[in-house]
Amino acid sequence: MYKWFANGADRTRKSWVRPVVTCALLMLAIVIGDCRAVSALPTGKVMAIPAFARKYGLPCSACHTAWPELNNFGKVFQDNGYQLMNDRDSLIWQNPSYFPITFRITPNWHRESTGDQPVDSIPGGGTGSTIISRNVTQAAFDLSGMDLWSAGTIYKNISFVLLPSSDPTAVWHFESAFLRFDNIKGSSWLNFKFGRFELDNLISEKRFLFLSANGGFYQTYHFNVPGSINDFGIGDNQIGVELMGHNADSSTRYSIALLSSNEGGTNLTESNLPGGLPSNRSFDGYMAFTKSFNAGSWGYEEFQAYAYVGQRGTYYQTTSAGGGGPVPLVALGNEPFYRVGFAGQLHFKNLELLPYFMHGHDSAYLGTGLPDTAGLPIGAKAPTFNGGFIEGQYFVNPQLVFFGRFEKIGVTQQAFVNEGAVPGNFGDVTAYSVGYRYYPIMFSRGGVAWHNEYSISKSIGIVPLSGDGSGLPPLLPTNGVWSSSVFIGFDFDF
Amino acid sequence: MTLKNFAVTFVLGSMALVTVGATSMRAQSHVNSPDPALGTPSVDSTESHIGGLTGHAADGKKLYRRFCIGCHGPDGNGQGMNAQWIDPKPRDFTEATFKCRSTPTGTLPTDDDLYNAITRGFVTTNMPAWRPLTPQERANLVAFVKTWSPRWAKEKPGTPLTIPAETPITIESILHGRQLFQKLECWKCHGPQGHGDGPSADTLTDSKNNPIRPYDFSSGSRFMCGVTNQDLYRIFMTGLDGSPMPSFADVVKPEEAWDLVHFLRTLQPLKTQEADLWQTYRAAHGADIKPIGPDAAPGGK
Repeated sequence: MYKWFANGADRTRKSWVRPVVTCALLMLAIVIGDCRAVSALPTGKVMAIPAFARKYGLPCSACHTAWPELNNFGKVFQDNGYQLMNDRDSLIWQNPSYFPITFRITPNWHRESTGDQPVDSIPGGGTGSTIISRNVTQAAFDLSGMDLWSAGTIYKNISFVLLPSSDPTAVWHFESAFLRFDNIKGSSWLNFKFGRFELDNLISEKRFLFLSANGGFYQTYHFNVPGSINDFGIGDNQIGVELMGHNADSSTRYSIALLSSNEGGTNLTESNLPGGLPSNRSFDGYMAFTKSFNAGSWGYEEFQAYAYVGQRGTYYQTTSAGGGGPVPLVALGNEPFYRVGFAGQLHFKNLELLPYFMHGHDSAYLGTGLPDTAGLPIGAKAPTFNGGFIEGQYFVNPQLVFFGRFEKIGVTQQAFVNEGAVPGNFGDVTAYSVGYRYYPIMFSRGGVAWHNEYSISKSIGIVPLSGDGSGLPPLLPTNGVWSSSVFIGFDFDF
Repeated sequence: MTLKNFAVTFVLGSMALVTVGATSMRAQSHVNSPDPALGTPSVDSTESHIGGLTGHAADGKKLYRRFCIGCHGPDGNGQGMNAQWIDPKPRDFTEATFKCRSTPTGTLPTDDDLYNAITRGFVTTNMPAWRPLTPQERANLVAFVKTWSPRWAKEKPGTPLTIPAETPITIESILHGRQLFQKLECWKCHGPQGHGDGPSADTLTDSKNNPIRPYDFSSGSRFMCGVTNQDLYRIFMTGLDGSPMPSFADVVKPEEAWDLVHFLRTLQPLKTQEADLWQTYRAAHGADIKPIGPDAAPGGK
């Protein structure tokens, strides 16, 4: 792990070790010395997504293991279309002043460091400067993006989500926006959703506990073999329709979705932000089946199998009629890809383990980035990878949770096997994250979480996929690039 | 300040905050264990028994904190922080008075009664169905609920009501049930048409003196304590303790109780055998049917 300190980063190393060790020791002291006190329970000030808390008067811990992650009760609530099914779910029963909206943002201090970065040997370049490999480190106070969460019921059995979300510079997009018809014909097995939404992932990336640049997303959920022009990420919200069903306690669930082949893009493009390239005219499909089992005092043990089959264009119909360069009009030359795997959510009383596995396969055309009207280079193959993680969470009580994750992705087939410059493990990823969240305030009208997280990841030959998108490939494709994040902030919503 | 010093200071400061916070949590009130001087059952030893499950109050206490404290409060007295916004008000467990029981009025419910209530929830209230919790978790909660009142240490639950086999659904049964609805003055609260708008409806209060509305059969919703004919039978034969709904076990014979069940079903806007029979009868004999209410002859059709 300390390889990333190797390139003349001794000062950084010293500044790191002490606080991290201090942090670990203090946390250990708190856990040992104060667990009983902490678990000695709070006053009734334990509330969650304020929009729903205001509506139903339930503690946030009723629906969340530790917000924003849902527990089983919260999942059933979500599956029922944000309804408790008590004949008082419709907005018509609410006080007219009630408005189902929640704000969430996280002021923070974070530190990002990436090793093996090609930099000028003389800052500013100039005469005598060469490209050398060094760590690049930044640290600052910052803001997260902001979520403006609105969700609930339009009427009994008609629910909705509208989630405008911004980045820290207030560039907005619609993260989610859908209408859902619940319990069609009185059956919980028939629910129809229309709009932009999260896929039915058992382990939700939208509701997990990690916030740092490196740890704040599942690498596997967004991985594509380097060189591939496929932009698919199973953790990204997609746009389309979904038929979903479940039994009374959601111990058996299914989801079938028909989605535009544009990575959730809007305005007929491949992006939900302005400036995206035009998308194609085809559709992807997603299926998931989830089953949980009662393990007595341990809790429910949940398992999910899923498959996503999609296609992406490999070239564009263009026009040069307006002068200048050709302007892409529509993506053509669709080539297929798929992602399959399984996930689990295993409960052992206060300990929760989340295993996940994915196998990914792209067409050789997507892998090489060539239009499917051309012939493939000799030796070109369809790239494949296996990825997965194991995440652990320990809930000391509803107000304190420790979490950690180990993630590994291995490219099992490169698109170009005969090019000696590309090592077999080019693009492999290894990532670790640890942290804790402490919720000093969980009122019915708002909540605050004190969030501390450290994450580190390593990619072979490429810059690690990072939430802040920074960094450059190393000078040598065989080099592993370490990237680390420290994140300390107040996550609050109201 | 160097990055090193800043990082060390910041991390230490944050850890100090966590420590202070944890300490303050300890100082805050929590799920209070009842005062042993009151004679309440011990949290450490109280159990519930539901089928093959044994619930443990100590485990239930943790669950209570997570799921129940917001409404029922840290002292189990129904005065959680959200209680002020909730109507009807959350149950006060320190009184050990429960609406949905299989036992006679005034007696404690069985563990199964409490388990079923937690599992089913209470329709048209803020109490949801806690079916997503595991059966063991629900059993643990039942055990913990029994630690709030000394009654659980001093009394045994009542003997569950024996419900005889349902009598045939006939028009005669429905008509007799209608007579009982008039005779027992059910209409005074529930209204002549069962709309919950009888002349006494606006004056009703529960045992905490909070206003309470009688059940509106025309809403078509589930009953407070279940959905089946057996559940309906049980409701008026045991009464809903803590509410104005009394037990009719002493004035209604079992076979008559089924007649009343069959009539009450006709008040609901549901497609039932009772409703079909009643509508057919009313179409043929509408002119002969006397209205329910203060002007109706006692026991008349």
